[in-house]
Amino acid sequence: MNFLDYTLEELHEKLVNKEVTAVDLVEASYKRIEETDESVGAFLGLNKEDALKAARETDEKGIDPDNILSGLPIGIKDNILTKDVVTTAASKMLEDFVPVYDATVVEKLKAVGMITIGKLNMDEFAMGGSTENSAYKLTRNPWDLNKVPGGSSGGSAAAVAAGQVPVSLGSDTGGSVREPAAFTGLVGVKPTYGRVSRYGLIAFGSSLDQIGPFTRTVKDNALVLNAISGYDSKDSTSYHGETTDFTEGIDKGVKGLRIGVPKEYYNEDAKEDGVIKAVREALDLYEKMGAEIVEVSLPHSKYGIPAYYIIASSEASSNLQRFDGIRYGYRSENVESLEDIYVKSRSEGFGLEVKRRIMLGTFSLSSGFYDAHFKKAAQARTLIRNDFDKVFKEVDVLVAPTTTTTAFDIGGKIDDPLAMYMSDILTVPVNLAGVPSLSVPCGFSNDMPVGMQIIGKHFDEQMMYRVAYAFEKETDHLSRKPSLKGGA
Amino acid sequence: MAINEETVKQVAKLAKLEIKEEDIQTFTTEMDSIIDMVEQLEELDTEGVEGTYHGISHHNVWREDKAEEGTDKEALFKNVKTRKDGYIEVPAMFDNGGSEA
Repeated sequence: MNFLDYTLEELHEKLVNKEVTAVDLVEASYKRIEETDESVGAFLGLNKEDALKAARETDEKGIDPDNILSGLPIGIKDNILTKDVVTTAASKMLEDFVPVYDATVVEKLKAVGMITIGKLNMDEFAMGGSTENSAYKLTRNPWDLNKVPGGSSGGSAAAVAAGQVPVSLGSDTGGSVREPAAFTGLVGVKPTYGRVSRYGLIAFGSSLDQIGPFTRTVKDNALVLNAISGYDSKDSTSYHGETTDFTEGIDKGVKGLRIGVPKEYYNEDAKEDGVIKAVREALDLYEKMGAEIVEVSLPHSKYGIPAYYIIASSEASSNLQRFDGIRYGYRSENVESLEDIYVKSRSEGFGLEVKRRIMLGTFSLSSGFYDAHFKKAAQARTLIRNDFDKVFKEVDVLVAPTTTTTAFDIGGKIDDPLAMYMSDILTVPVNLAGVPSLSVPCGFSNDMPVGMQIIGKHFDEQMMYRVAYAFEKETDHLSRKPSLKGGA
Repeated sequence: MAINEETVKQVAKLAKLEIKEEDIQTFTTEMDSIIDMVEQLEELDTEGVEGTYHGISHHNVWREDKAEEGTDKEALFKNVKTRKDGYIEVPAMFDNGGSEA
């Protein structure tokens, strides 16, 4: 049993027809992890006993033919709280932290009968684009083990790409689902801000964070988003609107739709022209399918990176104040005073990149720099958001590359924080504007997967999935499977 | 240079972080190039532009003023390192306890 060969609907059908049981699927997942995770390194922790118990209960109850996700295994990024299962955010700070409640998304997954297999590696506190900032281990790209899987949800991406689980959850503050999805040939979504409850997601940039699933297919992705989205009284920023079925109208095709091509996202001088070539081929296909391709401009795009790094780091510096060594988390033993507990616990518990972000955020919020940094970034954010609002009066979706290159080499950027930050250039504007974006595989460059993002209007994920689905149906990128080997 | 080693030490103090003496120089250089990058925003004309501070437009969220079951107190103590008589125990704050005293 290999999860790379089946969609969620196909697995569900097998469960309903009693070709397999939920226990079989959970065991298959652990077997695949055992076979492949020594080289991939996706998981930080497994909860085998609980998962098998849940699977047995599901089998005893019988699979509900109307509940497509029931009995299916899922992996969870380690910044999402799982009751009684250690949750570290890949930080030494939370090495032995045991949550006393489930995140809302985890509760919702349990409610539909999905079975959590384990917790997935990431950049510490979701800060990074390669998963190399994990305090615990390196995660490798299943398409080439010498390359990064992207980040910060690198473990979530690698686990699905390696066929260990059919689906996983990640979180996206500035591209942390879409970039790893692009690097590993998967479908990954950053929903509209407010669509998914953030309750129980360890906060990074609270005005930007959203949880989203990784899957192999577009429809699978929409199905899992159906399960985790919705209003939550425990997250006052969650969306009050009606619940939406994201699969509704997914097969309506793109005939007559207007697809915007933001020219700022197509830098033809980019280092790797194979990426833009693959996306342009996708645009040609859309045109053949009857969509109208319209060139548009998002003129403030280049201010996305500076605005994002000020806002996200400022919010992080505030959010991460809670790690003080008192109520939970790492406490330094080498302390004499209360001040010592704070300073030494934080200095020993946080890794280098987390310290950099806290420092940048503290600086940007400090008196004397607040206006030039934080306030200015918030104003730039308004202009970026206005750019999107304006083009969305003209077009139904925007299509652009998710990243400027395919997955880079392990160690390639880790000593150059600025180069690492710049790799988020095509993903951060979406978080600043709050709009949804779905990255889908659209081809290969140098034998590595290329991702294309389909950006939708606020709360119009349906259109985004519809446009993605039409492309997936006409192409065959899924038939190519990762090698789980090192590069040449 | 947008910032120097003194500024880095000052910001670290505000953030309750300690940067090791041998790392200060590298940290300052990296921070300096990051701050240079974010200060690209200076060239942007934002005269009269309102700031956006939330993910979506914000409104007040109300709920009925009704008591609800909270998290069990014992459960909240699960991750506490040291406790005494139902409280979290920490080193003395006064009598030489606080460095700022």
